[in-house]
Amino acid sequence: MSVAPAEVERPEVRQEAVPDTPWVTIVWNDPVNLMSYVTYVFQQVFGYSKRKAEKLMLDVHHKGKAVVSAGTRESMERDVAVLHGYGLWATVSHDK
Amino acid sequence: MGGFRSRRKGGVTARFAASQAGIIRALVSQVEELVGDPADPAGAAPGQGGLRERGTGGPLDDVAALLSNPGPDTPPDDPVLARLLPDAYRDDTEAAGEFRRFTEQDLRSGKLAAARIVLDTLPEEGGRVELSEQDAQVWLRALNDVRLALGVRLDITEDTAQRSQDLDPADPRSAYLWVYDWLTYLQETLVRALW
Repeated sequence: MSVAPAEVERPEVRQEAVPDTPWVTIVWNDPVNLMSYVTYVFQQVFGYSKRKAEKLMLDVHHKGKAVVSAGTRESMERDVAVLHGYGLWATVSHDK
Repeated sequence: MGGFRSRRKGGVTARFAASQAGIIRALVSQVEELVGDPADPAGAAPGQGGLRERGTGGPLDDVAALLSNPGPDTPPDDPVLARLLPDAYRDDTEAAGEFRRFTEQDLRSGKLAAARIVLDTLPEEGGRVELSEQDAQVWLRALNDVRLALGVRLDITEDTAQRSQDLDPADPRSAYLWVYDWLTYLQETLVRALW
């Protein structure tokens, strides 16, 4: 058995290694949007394969939401704006 | 009606009866009217029935509209507009407001342009409609906006999975649900035709 030291030295390196990237775009489940349409939109907007787009769509459908893209805050805001244009319920989130 | 199918030479085609064209045109026009009215974020204009919902109509609505210019930073009061122009941040009102201030007008313009393309390419008398792939994509978004709007007004939820045939024909919603189901079918055929 050991006792934790009063002060833990935490290397800050890790935080600096991932500068400003843990932002994500989340798509939320919605009773109106068609499964086929949502899949199609993911393919169109992100250039995902049908297989990947379908998997994300099913995540949205079954789990209530899915992370569909990750990157800088600015690029996530662009993605969300495009998805709103398609009528999907999308939000920007900080993936802490 | 068979819905949309792809054309050998590219694009898609569908045939509409005059009554069907009339339904689509009426609903798309209502969405057009709704999103094309940024000076009316509180839905405070005189009620015009249909998809529009009255605001409280008090003088505070005017003040709120005035303060929200040029770009509003709060979601529209009308639940249909709030769904068509949703918040981009879920738990950060400030960030959501900032985002909305800079993007809502573009989002409205895009939806407005889509509605106009449908109205321009769908004759009132119906008939065969032939769409380029580009216009078909626009139709897809416009049909989706109409379904989202109807979905809010008809209170469509995942659980109820309401179908028009399950409703009492005397229920005033049954006609709209029939239209909603038909538009769902139409949009589905359009996605398949584009794939």
